[in-house]
Amino acid sequence: MIEFSAVHKRYPGGYEALRGVSFTVADAELLFITGHSGAGKSTLLKLIPVIERVNAGSVMVNGQNVSAMSSRAIPFLRRNIGQIFQDQKLLYDRSVFDNVILPLNVTGVHPKDGAKRARAALDKVGLLPREKSNPIALSGGEQQRLAIARAIVNRPSILIADEPTANLDAQYAGDIVDLFVDFNRVGVTVIIATHDEQVIARASAKTKTRSLRLTSGRLAEDARASASAGDTANTGAPAS
Amino acid sequence: MMAWLRLHSMAFAATVTKLARTPFTSLLNILVIGVALALPAGAYTLLVNLQSVARGISADPELSIFLALDAKKDDVAAIEQRLKTEPLVERATFKSREAAFAELKASAALGDVLSALNQNPLPDAFVVRLKQNDADALDRLAQSAKTWPKVEHVQVDSAWVRRVAAALKVGQLSVLVLAALLSAALLAVTFNTIRLQVLTQRDEIEVSKLLGATDGTIRRPFYYYGALQGLLGGAAAAVMVWGAITVMNAGVADLARTYASDFSLHMLIGTDLASILAFAAALGWLGAWLSVSRHLREFEPQR
Repeated sequence: MIEFSAVHKRYPGGYEALRGVSFTVADAELLFITGHSGAGKSTLLKLIPVIERVNAGSVMVNGQNVSAMSSRAIPFLRRNIGQIFQDQKLLYDRSVFDNVILPLNVTGVHPKDGAKRARAALDKVGLLPREKSNPIALSGGEQQRLAIARAIVNRPSILIADEPTANLDAQYAGDIVDLFVDFNRVGVTVIIATHDEQVIARASAKTKTRSLRLTSGRLAEDARASASAGDTANTGAPAS
Repeated sequence: MMAWLRLHSMAFAATVTKLARTPFTSLLNILVIGVALALPAGAYTLLVNLQSVARGISADPELSIFLALDAKKDDVAAIEQRLKTEPLVERATFKSREAAFAELKASAALGDVLSALNQNPLPDAFVVRLKQNDADALDRLAQSAKTWPKVEHVQVDSAWVRRVAAALKVGQLSVLVLAALLSAALLAVTFNTIRLQVLTQRDEIEVSKLLGATDGTIRRPFYYYGALQGLLGGAAAAVMVWGAITVMNAGVADLARTYASDFSLHMLIGTDLASILAFAAALGWLGAWLSVSRHLREFEPQR
């Protein structure tokens, strides 16, 4: 479970990215964060693995107040959170396989186990035949799938993706969304920041989803959609 | 525990790979460190050799007390008693005039001459060895022994001992200063090497941190790299000193032969060699630590 309580985030220079955001994400939810660019989507995601820290309020992840977490404890938090970055952050000096096994190597997993898990993750995203390639040789959609494989290789209970379909054509974007829906179905909490309405529509057609809309750092809308009924229940904006 | 060991062995393997992937740069770095360490190590080696020479000549400071020829057994006993009560004296060996005469006779060169003498010209003597190598104490004891009854002459080599000790001290200090200066150079070389590595591996470091690598895991390969580079530099220094001494020994042998000696310079071995290697590795580690601590700070999340 993830719980934001009255979260404020101000960047050096005075820019206020988040102004009093509160919401709770239950386990195994599929949550979209939407809003225009600069609304605070990326900032909100970065607070969960403590890439940024809050200025006020708190962020709880599985019962831990991560906003007050010591720097020493943060690596262990991050191992349970799969992250897909807006700029992907792939390493182009090594193979696809070595990119995926990196999160396991830095935690001291046995190389044999690690290789098995890395191949399983690559297989899941359909990149196993390309394991020896350099990421630079992959298409945009394949690079995104590689980033996803790396994010799930640790079998995290929470998956965070920042604009995972940006710069992808509709076909690729659809594949990516389907992957996220699959992970969500096996119990992973998935949080995706996106401004692409089609992405949300595609996911909502397959499973229950929820969308939080940010406007200038405030929560503007909290909407739930259910695949079975195809209806959209708007629970409205919380008082802020 | 297993994971921890595995992280260490992986870091070590990565370090060796890194060194091997840029053989030319690594070799140059090792060479620079080697030269920097070879100077103080070589000077130290020469100093150790000189010390052994000096020890061979002056041994530990001794005092010879020669008694008057008419000294009786009682006088000898009295002096022996005095020496025993002196706190500085470690051992006082009595050499009777008869024994000294017999010894001298037995030596080939003087044997015939002495046989011609019909009386023993040698006095009784004490050879006194002090507990500590202290020229002042030696002087003091000599001064007081001169005033004892039936003491004819006191011979002491304290001036020579003092000069050699002072010269060696100067040598030691110069080696220390040289070592300190060149250690700073070694630190700088390592600092810079690691800084460049941190810069070229920015992406990997950043991604590793985001994926849950602890600070220790990220720093470890750099520590290993610094220590290994230092160690190899130390080994290079040892090889250089060894080469230099081998070359010098040819000349030293000629020189020694003119003094009818088979003296030659010895290479550093055992603990000395091990401490130079350990020192080099430790300095490399320290340089890496300084560099990593300074350059990894920018990857911390901001509050």
